[in-house]
Amino acid sequence: MADPLTPGTSPPDRENTRPRTSLHSSGFKRHSDRLFTWVLLAAGTSVLLVLAAMVLRTVMDSRPVFEYQGVTDFFFGTEWHAGFSRTEFTGTYGALPFIFGTLFTSAIAVSLALPMAIAVSLYINFYAPVKLRTTLSYTVEVLAAIPSVIFGLWGMLWFIPNIVQPFSNWVNGTLGSFIPFFGGSVPSFNYFHAGVVLAIMILPIITAITREVMATTPPDEIDAAYGLGATRSEVLRKVVLPRGFSGIVGATMLGLGRALGETIAVLMLIGGSQRMDFRLFFGGDSLAAHIAATFQDASPETLVALMGIGVVLFVLTMVVNVAARLIVWRFAKVAGAGDAL
Amino acid sequence: MSSTLERDELRPEQRTPTGHRSLSVKERNATRRQRTDQVVRSVLTFMMILAMVPLALILIQVIIRGAGVIGWEFFTQAEPPPRRAGGGYAAGFVGTGIMVAWAALMAVPVGILAAVYLVDYGRGWFAGIIRFFTDVMTGIPSVFVGLAVYALIIVGTGGSVGFGAFPGAVALSIIMLPIIVRSAEEILRTVSDELRRGAFALGARRWQTTMKVVLPAAGPGLATGAMLAVARGAGEAAPLILTAFGNVNVITDLFNVAIGAVPLQIYNGVRQPFAPGIERAWGGALSLIAVVLVLTVVARYIGARAKKVHRA
Repeated sequence: MADPLTPGTSPPDRENTRPRTSLHSSGFKRHSDRLFTWVLLAAGTSVLLVLAAMVLRTVMDSRPVFEYQGVTDFFFGTEWHAGFSRTEFTGTYGALPFIFGTLFTSAIAVSLALPMAIAVSLYINFYAPVKLRTTLSYTVEVLAAIPSVIFGLWGMLWFIPNIVQPFSNWVNGTLGSFIPFFGGSVPSFNYFHAGVVLAIMILPIITAITREVMATTPPDEIDAAYGLGATRSEVLRKVVLPRGFSGIVGATMLGLGRALGETIAVLMLIGGSQRMDFRLFFGGDSLAAHIAATFQDASPETLVALMGIGVVLFVLTMVVNVAARLIVWRFAKVAGAGDAL
Repeated sequence: MSSTLERDELRPEQRTPTGHRSLSVKERNATRRQRTDQVVRSVLTFMMILAMVPLALILIQVIIRGAGVIGWEFFTQAEPPPRRAGGGYAAGFVGTGIMVAWAALMAVPVGILAAVYLVDYGRGWFAGIIRFFTDVMTGIPSVFVGLAVYALIIVGTGGSVGFGAFPGAVALSIIMLPIIVRSAEEILRTVSDELRRGAFALGARRWQTTMKVVLPAAGPGLATGAMLAVARGAGEAAPLILTAFGNVNVITDLFNVAIGAVPLQIYNGVRQPFAPGIERAWGGALSLIAVVLVLTVVARYIGARAKKVHRA
């Protein structure tokens, strides 16, 4: 048969000789793009669906314990006695000791990690030789990849007994007699020891964002400050830090969010006493740690109560995370950093 | 400011012919400021070094105490009771392998497609919301994910799906998903628009452009996210306590049999006051840290290279 595309040979039948590269298409192919878009939309939406399903289900499952105990008593009760019933509630469920432990250890962690993170970011951005910058930020950020259980293991068997415990004993011995914040004995596992290891764990998270926030400082302003005769430390204090303030706040809150939800390492180091105290060296418990510690031996009624703790933990971390992300996003927009953060 | 006062204190040879302070004279203030600057510099240097110490300490300890345990037996034998020496983490390696593999199978395709949606298809507020909650999801406590998966799958099916590899894998995949989406999105954004326009100009459909041009161009970079996610999933212990439940025997079933994992075995080994169990925990920690660090380092390397290729 003659090639229909060759000039001068007219095709005998238009229908059968349509060239293979025709722009016409039929059937399924015509809808392929729309179908593909729907598949992508479904994949994108799945993130929201998973989140919504997790929230709805845990909230629904935990409702009985809030009804039994009352929301106020659940949040502010200081007694937690697990019951053993399969059908009804018999225990007392006041989650304040866990909420307090979570907030206290996280506060310790943030107050230790934040100055470090700021110092490290300043050093990497403004003091380190250019060739070393990547390596330095890398060594700090690789910490974030180390599994939580290894922090727990290392903290429990080496770091706490060899480094932190002697320090705690010394602090407690010198300050404990007259400041009520210290005092009492120093058990191996307590709020402070969990907080110190938590600080190491959130350091890379805060550093990563703080470093990028500082990198967005307009070079013109830095040069202008130098031009006015400022020393380097003055440039950092009067230009870089004020410029990046909101970004650093956002980074800190991201670190805080991580600290609030950290489970295994805290569980191994906090003591697990189900009580609370305002002393720094007190063996308490946190929301996440208590769930992981008691879940496997929990009775049906206690499982519902643990679900309640889970919801409280979720709300706490969610509020902190959403606020943190909004702050960081806003900073990125204002600083013109686009998607860098 | 104080210039008039200072001018009076100057000796004649410190003045210029016009009576002003000579530039070679240091203000008293300047010495103080220079000293502050030096102090700040040394404090920052010290804190930089201090920040690198924990990583070094962890690696040294884990290697010193774990190296003696690692051996053929450690990878092939199940764990005896914590009191007894010998044996290994075979159950954990098999369990972690099964759950991480299934989790990756579930999370990687969905995550990459979601990223494609965010980069090339999603417009306006809806894409913004997805991006925002993906970011937020990276911060959800892993123990809450475990709890929610327990509620959704184990309680939700009325017990017909029990503790085991499947709920464990689902929990890990939920933890992996946002990591994959964010990293894939970052890589896809670096694929230049000229490639896309070129494909359209050749008459390709949108899906053809995505599947045959954009994704292959992003190729190795997409592996970055998957590897980071696998590294994260392999080290998670908290969600598995609530879903996989843990087991010291080697389990290969996907459903209804409690299954072990390396992080769980480490946790359980450390909790007991018996030296052999603790020793095995250090061995587990060494093997886990090796896997996680290798994955992270390789992923970062690939990611950095992929970005460079497209920027050029």
